[in-house]
Amino acid sequence: MTIRLPAFDYLTPETLEDAAQLLADPERSVVVVGGGTDVVPKMKRRQITPEVLVSLSRIESLHGIRIDESGACTIGASTTLAEIHDSTVVPEVFAAAAGDVASPQIRNSATVGGNLCLDTRCNYIDMSDSWRQASGYCLKDGGDTCWVAPRSNKCWAISSSDLATVAVALGGSVRLTSVRGERLIPIEALYNNDGMSYLTCAADEILVELVLPRGNGRATYRKLRRRGSIDFPLLGVAISARFDDAGMCVFARIVLGGIASAPLRAIEAEEFIVGRQLTDEVLEEAARLATQPARPQDNTDTGSRYRKWMVSVFVERALGDVAGDRA
Amino acid sequence: MTQSFSVVGKPLPRVDSMDQTMGKTQYVDDMTLPDMLVGRHLLSIHAHARILRIDTSRAESLPGVRGVITGSDLPITYGILPISQDEHALAVDRVRYVGEPVAAVAAVDAATAEEALGLIDVEYEPLDEVVTLEQAFADDRPILHGDGLGQNVHRSAALEFGDVEEGFARADYIREDVFFFGGNTHAALETHAALASYSQTGKLTLWSSTQVPHYVHRTLEKVLELPAGRIRVVAPAIGGGFGGKTDPFSHELTAAKLSMVTGKPVKINLSREEVFYAHRGRHPVLMWIKTGFENDGTITSMRFKTFLDGGAYGSYGVASLYYTGALQPTTYRIPNYRFEGVRVFTNKPPCGPKRGHGTPQPRFGLECQLDKAADHLGIDPATIRRRNAVEPFSTTVNHLRITSCALVECIDKVVEESGFAGKHRQLPSGRGVGLAVGAYMSGAGLPIYFNDMPQSEVQVKVDRGGGVTVFSMATDIGQGSTTMLATVIAESLGLEPADMIMVTADTDLTPVDLGSYSSRVTFMAGNAAVVAGRKIRSRVVQAVADELETEPGSIVAEHGRVGVAGDPDRSVSWADGVRLAIAATGPLVESGGYTAPKLAGSFRGAGVGISPAYSYSACVVEVDCDAATGIVKVERVWLAHDIGRALNPLLTEGQVEGGVYMGLGEALYEEHAFRGSLHRGPSLLDYKIPTALDMPPVETFLIESDDPEGPFGAKEVGQGPLLPVIPAVANAIHDALGVRIDEVPITPPKIVAALREVSRGRPGRVGPVTIPDYEFTRLTRVEVPEGFVTP
Repeated sequence: MTIRLPAFDYLTPETLEDAAQLLADPERSVVVVGGGTDVVPKMKRRQITPEVLVSLSRIESLHGIRIDESGACTIGASTTLAEIHDSTVVPEVFAAAAGDVASPQIRNSATVGGNLCLDTRCNYIDMSDSWRQASGYCLKDGGDTCWVAPRSNKCWAISSSDLATVAVALGGSVRLTSVRGERLIPIEALYNNDGMSYLTCAADEILVELVLPRGNGRATYRKLRRRGSIDFPLLGVAISARFDDAGMCVFARIVLGGIASAPLRAIEAEEFIVGRQLTDEVLEEAARLATQPARPQDNTDTGSRYRKWMVSVFVERALGDVAGDRA
Repeated sequence: MTQSFSVVGKPLPRVDSMDQTMGKTQYVDDMTLPDMLVGRHLLSIHAHARILRIDTSRAESLPGVRGVITGSDLPITYGILPISQDEHALAVDRVRYVGEPVAAVAAVDAATAEEALGLIDVEYEPLDEVVTLEQAFADDRPILHGDGLGQNVHRSAALEFGDVEEGFARADYIREDVFFFGGNTHAALETHAALASYSQTGKLTLWSSTQVPHYVHRTLEKVLELPAGRIRVVAPAIGGGFGGKTDPFSHELTAAKLSMVTGKPVKINLSREEVFYAHRGRHPVLMWIKTGFENDGTITSMRFKTFLDGGAYGSYGVASLYYTGALQPTTYRIPNYRFEGVRVFTNKPPCGPKRGHGTPQPRFGLECQLDKAADHLGIDPATIRRRNAVEPFSTTVNHLRITSCALVECIDKVVEESGFAGKHRQLPSGRGVGLAVGAYMSGAGLPIYFNDMPQSEVQVKVDRGGGVTVFSMATDIGQGSTTMLATVIAESLGLEPADMIMVTADTDLTPVDLGSYSSRVTFMAGNAAVVAGRKIRSRVVQAVADELETEPGSIVAEHGRVGVAGDPDRSVSWADGVRLAIAATGPLVESGGYTAPKLAGSFRGAGVGISPAYSYSACVVEVDCDAATGIVKVERVWLAHDIGRALNPLLTEGQVEGGVYMGLGEALYEEHAFRGSLHRGPSLLDYKIPTALDMPPVETFLIESDDPEGPFGAKEVGQGPLLPVIPAVANAIHDALGVRIDEVPITPPKIVAALREVSRGRPGRVGPVTIPDYEFTRLTRVEVPEGFVTP
């Protein structure tokens, strides 16, 4: 049986201005939809029941990938993950990570804008309405208790976007538009480590595009999941780093995904490796430091203890990727 | 004797594969009838509660709603086993698991039906939940089926064959191990669906995605109180079953009742989540095994205790319970054997039969323990298995008759093809190989309800143009039973399977076959078809012999002609032969039946495990494990299966590969797990069935032992090949990493946890340590069978 969607109006503006206007409607609950692979299942599960869906699909300017004269790569919000995966101009690590998301069928529909704005996930909320009724609706669901951490007053739902983790590591920016105008912010500033208000932007702001600076270092993304396809990350580690001629690390960003409500920078580990050559000992210590900020909860597959253990394994391996031959 | 066959043994495509591939096959959800209503169930949101009041008046007054029913509309209990009639189509007075159907609605469309569910007011009084084994054995929890407080034991069994203490006394080495096999579910692609139509003339037709139209027929008769002759059950194309569609289900009864109430056809198609709640999947089983060995690995004695978490209802549970003890002696000569098992009720979806029904769990424990013993005794895994292997045409200590048996040949084949001897304990760290074996029944020896009628009947009618129509209630759930029947009849008549006209799984049109469960269809329906086919053939052969003025013994039917062997000039076309036969002896309609030989011993529980023949399998799995992450990559699987005879090797290999796939899923990924009484993830995102990318290459070897009673010598393949896969994975992981995960599924966290124990100088093992302090009473001591030879 196909689970049915609740009733809603579906609007398909052809310009960004029209879309922004529609989103600014104070009278009705409006949600932006890209490929629909996150929004539609959530509507089917009655996690959200917007009166209006505003589709970005007909806005031409949001499709496609451009490289500007500085070498920066701009990816329109409506570009699909399949297009990104197949692209030869987007940074290699980003294209590869796009191919790690979900399954081929979903990547044909899912967009980069949708993936970057992917709602935080938790296996107390990504359930049918009757399951949630049986469990007692949680904090993110209008209840007053987070079932993952009942003594906490915060929602622990997990940032599960592979691309957000990579984009933060690459120092990307996102352009946001609303009736009040446009702004470009570092993508890191888009996220809040709070499962409920996980995006910092206003509800009526549209993510228009992602800008990835020209890469001049090395980057990697490693994803932990149970199966070879379909699964959300149980942990994602993205690292970008630059080295001088002597093999000394001069810049590093280490980002953990799937472990908190936002992509999490492992700042101490980053600071530790800058100014060092990535010897085995340095990798091991950096991996240890990176584990410290990680507080995975038991709200996805494989449990919290294992995912915490895996942070150091994955960070060490990812650092090994960027260290290369360490020359 | 060498037999030659014309179509048996050829890798022909399924007779129905083209329609399936082209998307033309009609499943229940593809069907519509004029004025059809859509039905939906309201599910319980409590694991255990008394229903104080149900008010459906608001739902009934919603425009578009045509009928609302609750438990009081279907008060008669039912259940697949005559001894477990404990289910209601809709909960009466009490709910026992989250997701149990409480009310059903029929409306003009799905949106209206769903809206109506929200308008049904149910007042519950929650009761204490019983979720774990410990809680089920406690005496201060509510009794699920009954009143008051007490233990929730559904059924227990205690049987001893021979003298286990004597056997242990002469053992050189005794070991005890505890294992846990987690629950999992079938996850057939097609969700359960039923379409019911009750006519003005008082006749009910139900199209249902079921493996057992005959038992559904009987259940409808009982619960709806309609004469069986006024009920027609049809199983159209089925999108997978694996045991998950082998019970009568709520939606079959509610669709029928709603159709009777509204006078219109009603279709109910379960959501994926509802299928997880309908469940009837693999029982979680905690096991304790104590085995005595001589120094050369010969088994002297075995005790086996099993604890089954049955969920809320009986289902097949009594059979499942006995199956956890029945088949161990079919692979190994166990001279003294005691089995004790207990099944409890808990507030979770009911468990039941899944591919291998009750035997994969003990097989996992047994095969892992055997590897541990071999390790201790310094014997290699293949040798200890060969040393204890049962002999063909022997009897087991628990009174099971073994006929054809190519267990040793299966072991030899996979050991040789995989290079096991050169790999075991010799691959670099992280890589390993594991071996295990298994055996399974070619059909349960007894029907589910006691009767002396044939277990399968097949009818063949031949048209005057030579067209052959085969009628059988055998239900093709994807295993290829329709192709099997077409092959058997075509072989008998010298025709092609694709030419057969197949009418199956329809209680109005086809004679009874009990259903697609217990791997019974090829053996039983196949044998019934052999009889029917032979009768048709001999009538045509006689008529042609008379026409050609020769003896029937000189006539052959092959390649569409009937005539004197080796003399094309003295032959007629099949159609001409048919006309001669009809002219000579009347309508060319024949039937055949199959009744299994009486094999059951006289002790309680003797009915479970008997079968006219057993298939055997041996499996080697090679793995590459990442010690840091615990992620296991299965590199390759070698599986040899004693099929008796492969009627169609293409389908047989497909069944082996399917069994390997399902076995790997159970071994490494799948978990029907709960947080308290709430399912952890009733969806195909959260319930991890492996993807195509996770499936390794499988090398299949079909060993043909030519069973004396099988149709053309054939035995089963649908279930057996799954059995050895799971312990072979566990044994391979041990070979790769030196750790023992005595608990299925073997997930990355368990492997890493075991390796961390090793790094702390502790044993590298994850798994249960103790079993509940439950006292098994009423031990039945059974004499060893006559002629049983102690090794």
